[in-house]
Amino acid sequence: MLIELGHFALILAFGIAIIQMIVPMIGAHRGNAGWMAMAEPAATVQFILTAFSFAVLTWAFVTSDFSLQLVYLNSHTDKPMIYKITGVWGNHEGSMLLWMVILTLFGACAAWFGDGLPARLRARVLSVQASIAVAFFAFVLFTSNPFLRLEVPPLNGRDLNPLLQDPGLAFHPPFLYLGYVGLSMSFSFAIAALIEGRVDAAWGRWVRPWTLAAWMFLTVGIALGSWWAYYELGWGGFWFWDPVENASFMPWLIAAALLHSAIVVEKREALKSWTILLAIMAFGFSLLGAFIVRSGVLTSVHAFANDPERGMLILIILAVFLGGALTLFAFRAGAMESKGVFSTVSRESALILNNILLSVSCFVVFIGTIWPLVSELLFDRTLSVGPPFFDAAFTPFMVALAIALPLGSILAWKRGTLGRASKSLIGWLVLAIALAALAYAIQSGNSALGPIGVALGVWVVGGAVADLWMRSGRDSLTDRLRRMTRLPRADWGKATAHIGMGVTIFGIAAMLAWEQEDIRVAQIGDSWNVGQFEFSLNGVNQLEGPNYLTTMADISVYRGERLVGDLHPEKRFYPVANMPTTEAAIINGVVRDIYVVIGDPQQNGGWAVRIYLKPFANWIWGGAILMALGGCFSLSDRRLRVGAASAKKTAPKAVPAE
Amino acid sequence: MKRLVIILMLLASPLWAVDPNEILDDPVLEDRARALSQELRCPVCRNESIDESNATLAQELRILLRERMVAGDTDQDALDFMVSRYGEFVLLRPDARGANLILWLAAPALLLMALGIGWSTIRARRPVDDGLSEAEKAELEKILGRDAS
Repeated sequence: MLIELGHFALILAFGIAIIQMIVPMIGAHRGNAGWMAMAEPAATVQFILTAFSFAVLTWAFVTSDFSLQLVYLNSHTDKPMIYKITGVWGNHEGSMLLWMVILTLFGACAAWFGDGLPARLRARVLSVQASIAVAFFAFVLFTSNPFLRLEVPPLNGRDLNPLLQDPGLAFHPPFLYLGYVGLSMSFSFAIAALIEGRVDAAWGRWVRPWTLAAWMFLTVGIALGSWWAYYELGWGGFWFWDPVENASFMPWLIAAALLHSAIVVEKREALKSWTILLAIMAFGFSLLGAFIVRSGVLTSVHAFANDPERGMLILIILAVFLGGALTLFAFRAGAMESKGVFSTVSRESALILNNILLSVSCFVVFIGTIWPLVSELLFDRTLSVGPPFFDAAFTPFMVALAIALPLGSILAWKRGTLGRASKSLIGWLVLAIALAALAYAIQSGNSALGPIGVALGVWVVGGAVADLWMRSGRDSLTDRLRRMTRLPRADWGKATAHIGMGVTIFGIAAMLAWEQEDIRVAQIGDSWNVGQFEFSLNGVNQLEGPNYLTTMADISVYRGERLVGDLHPEKRFYPVANMPTTEAAIINGVVRDIYVVIGDPQQNGGWAVRIYLKPFANWIWGGAILMALGGCFSLSDRRLRVGAASAKKTAPKAVPAE
Repeated sequence: MKRLVIILMLLASPLWAVDPNEILDDPVLEDRARALSQELRCPVCRNESIDESNATLAQELRILLRERMVAGDTDQDALDFMVSRYGEFVLLRPDARGANLILWLAAPALLLMALGIGWSTIRARRPVDDGLSEAEKAELEKILGRDAS
């Protein structure tokens, strides 16, 4: 009964979305206030109904209601409670429902916090948002219905893929969807502005918090996914250039570009049509991501939900929205007159360079991701595009971006001088080069990767610090510090995010350049050295977990005489899913991670053991957290709180049904 | 029970990437082999290199690769050998020949184009002269302080 109520709520929400798509749009066209006002309660009700339906599905998972096909296929009574809950979105249908909850939540937020918007624009935004919801409600209800019942309920379920039985699943997809779907708001604003035929500074200020929020969530989501892969897959890789990862990375890059160009619209009323185009493309790449993940046209390690028919439908949704938006753009972009003039050397120009580099680097990821498909269809060549290509083709853009960032970010608006900008940075430049030289001298081998990473990291972080410092005036040190604390939060946000970028660049380069690896057969009782650490294998035990069997090793790590810690790497076997997994044991550290994996027993006794020392690994994700934190600071800036919808308020409400 | 566990594990256990017994004694050769095996895709896996993959075929390919290297193949020889056996599909870095030139050159070409368009946009946006002489500008800078923005 409850299940049917949930199903019914979903259908009702679909109907309301259809009404919300049509009525306010006509109202906005005719200037009928009542018709326009209809959008707000509709958005709220739509969200409540969808959230209810999601809660029902969660309840079915929690109570292991195997009469529901989805629960039977993805759950098991022995599964720990947290994975019963997270299992709701560990599959195609449930994750689509989560997607819908978030989509309607964003729509509802636009209704709740959109008081500052002109009524007409608001009605149009909500109408466009509802049209996206209509497409996806139809997709869920007609191809991926989570509420299908089984005639004869089985006694127990088939369990969730063991790789997904991890805390990572609790947070990674919700954040990622908050990011993906959040970009739909920027899209709706862009379309509404195109229909309206007007983009001004106020529009820039309204659209920016939504983009910023989406970008923040996407940043956290990607970082969580990368961290999950790092500890779960058993050899400590953090980024694989897999199509599904690329699918989340492309909208991130475009959203980052959009964030920066929206500043130009807000402050200088320039780059308007370009910003609109970016807003359209950002959501376009989100949809493309959904297509890649759910169609299975590209082989990926994320075997998620591969169904050509569903893929086809998402492709149609993508074609309709992107095609429609771009057509509208072609007709209306001419109406977006830019007002602001600026000289060749100016913040505006620097932000254009930022946009070019980010967009082209996104294009690199795009073409690399789809090239196997294109090549097979058009040239009859079956080939692969893997990490070596992306490393070679993508990295130069990030290096260029990192070099340009500190200079560009302290240039004055409208008309700057490179001389003045570089004067305040010269010290940091010298320091960056000196530290790179030092790193080169200390390291073994001739790899340039580590030193370049050090130089870029110091340069970018230093640039952000110098920027803050310059803004604090020219008085005594205490005055400057005092003034620094009173700078607008947006300035702190900018500096924090840029510092995060520098930290991530350094972390990636350092970890890849200076990783140490040791693979060996160890007998129980053996001790051996890796780097400055001594490892000893004390024993290997067979144990039983709640729904798995495990082989757990006990390895002690010493540094000199001091015990650093005991590590318990595992090899698990999940009988229901008939699948083994490796669980690495990691000692996380600021300077390095110690990463230990236990392998197979060997024929002549002993166990295979792999040990990695991964320097500065945590800096990669630490940098990402800083970037997201920068976004938070920026969101809490006064001008956004006063001026327009504060998207920050959505954050605590955004992870539903926990 | 314990025995059952071990049997189950051996049955289902993945051969994990790079077993200790595969490693060559010569560290220089082994380094080359590791680097090369990251360039080769495991033909039966989902988008993994033979260096990462647990599949049996990946292990066989790692051993085969090392045999070729011990026999004196250069890196290019070894890659060519793999391509001759498994086709272009195994190369994770597609070679820049024929249609693949599009893949390699599209982004640099786009960058040049974008820079060109960006540059012309910026030139078109230059502010008209504000009619101040150099001395007046210097005066203005002084009044506004260093941070003229």
